[in-house]
Order: sequence, then C-alpha cells, then structure tokens
Amino acid sequence: MLDRVIFFSFAGIAVISALLMVTRRNAIHSAICLITTLLATAGIFLQLRAEFLFISQIIVYVGGIMVLFIFVIMLVRLDVPLPRVRSRWRQWAAFFVALAVFLEAAVVLLMARKTPGQGLLILNPAAADKLPPNTEDLAKSLFGTYLLPFEIASILLLVAMVGAVVMAKKRTDAP
Amino acid sequence: MMPIGHYLFLSLALLLIGSFGVIARRNVIIVLMSIELILNAVNINLVAFSRYYGEVAGQVFALFIIADAAAEAAVGLGIMIAFFRNRETVLADEMDLLKW
Repeated sequence: MLDRVIFFSFAGIAVISALLMVTRRNAIHSAICLITTLLATAGIFLQLRAEFLFISQIIVYVGGIMVLFIFVIMLVRLDVPLPRVRSRWRQWAAFFVALAVFLEAAVVLLMARKTPGQGLLILNPAAADKLPPNTEDLAKSLFGTYLLPFEIASILLLVAMVGAVVMAKKRTDAP
Repeated sequence: MMPIGHYLFLSLALLLIGSFGVIARRNVIIVLMSIELILNAVNINLVAFSRYYGEVAGQVFALFIIADAAAEAAVGLGIMIAFFRNRETVLADEMDLLKW
C-alpha cells in the first residue's frame, strides 16, 4: 500500500511536470519543470532500491546538466517568451505520433498481461525481493565486468568536453 | 511490491511526452531538454528491470546513459552557442543552412 502511494505520487509529479515542460513558452520555466521531473524520477529510483543512481541522478542531472542548461538559456537571453508563431500542424502531427506509439505499446503491455507465459511481464518472483543495498555490488560490476565500457565512457566524456570547448570558443581568426 | 507494468507505463509516458517536445517545439534548447527527458525514461526502464531480476547490470547501464546524457548536453549546448553567435536565433525553423 505504501509502495503504491509513493509510486503514484512520484509518477504523478513526474508526468505532470514533464507535460508542463513541453508546453511552457518561457524556457526558464521549462527548465524548472524538467528539474522537478528529474527529482521525482530520482525518488522512483530510490523506491526501486538503486541508491547510487538516486544520488548520482541528483548530482549529475540536476546539479550539472540542468545548471548548464540554465546558464545557456540566460546566456542567449531566452528568459523572455518567444513570439508565438502559428504552427498548428506540427503540434497535431507530434500529438498523433505520440498517441499512436502510446496505443501500440499499451496494447502490447495489456496483451502480455492477459496471456501469461508468453508476454514480457513474466518475471521470476523469487528474485524480486533479493536485491540488498547494492552500491557495493554496483561498483564490483562496474569495475569488473564492465571495465572496458567504463573506460570508453571516460574517453567519450573527454571528447565531448574538448568538442564543447572548441564549439563554444570565440574564433579569433574569423574572416 | 508494485507490478513492473506500472514502471513501464510511467517510462512510456515520459518517452512520449519527450518525443512530443522534440517534434512540436521550435526552440532548440527545449528540444535538447526533451531529449534529456527521453533518456531519463529509458533509465527508469533499466532500473525497474534491474530491480525485478535482482541484478545490478541494469543500474550499470543506467549510469552509462547518464554519462552519455551529460556528453550530449555539453556538445549540443556548445553547438547552440556557436550557432547563436553566428545567426542570433535559437529557432529550429531558421536553422536552414544545410537546406537545399
């Protein structure tokens, strides 16, 4: 019961503020709503017993990425709403794409629930309650089995950092 | 314990809201934020399956996705600043340098 209350409150906050995020015209308001969504998602991670992901979601996403976004929004002076341009067809197209994908996935999930034994929702219930506090296991897995992807991720971050500096740098020898 | 379908539906909802934002919005910064939202929805799926199978591999992948999102945000915002310096706009409609 408590599980349900926690899940539905966090999920409601996440979905509502995500909806606000894609509909606000002021970019700063969108960023704030996205921060709320990310924090609610962090709460859901905690409910799923992923403590390390909970804290790294807050530190990396909210503390790093979103601060970067807000810096850029203020740098390019987007904190005033843009003039409204009528582009209704695009919003309708986006709405119908989202609706079609939602219906498709909902049909798949409901069918999978109706025919047990063939769907994707069949999980071993014995394994479900066997995840202890697992930051140590996560570290062992990350630095053992997944050591090579970890190193590749570090190279990716280095390349992204150099690329971002090169992109954003002011060119001094501009023609 | 909650059935896993709830988490899958939450992830699906966030994914669809994010793709709506990518398609419908003209402001490039909000498009980038919608992409972050999509990556976040994927993370919910990974962590939920990790919990239900009792394995930590899903959480490792979610960590990689967070690192990937950070790299993507840095490069995307760098491109946007360079573009804004040249053209003084952030609207996707007006980014037509490569349009033939």
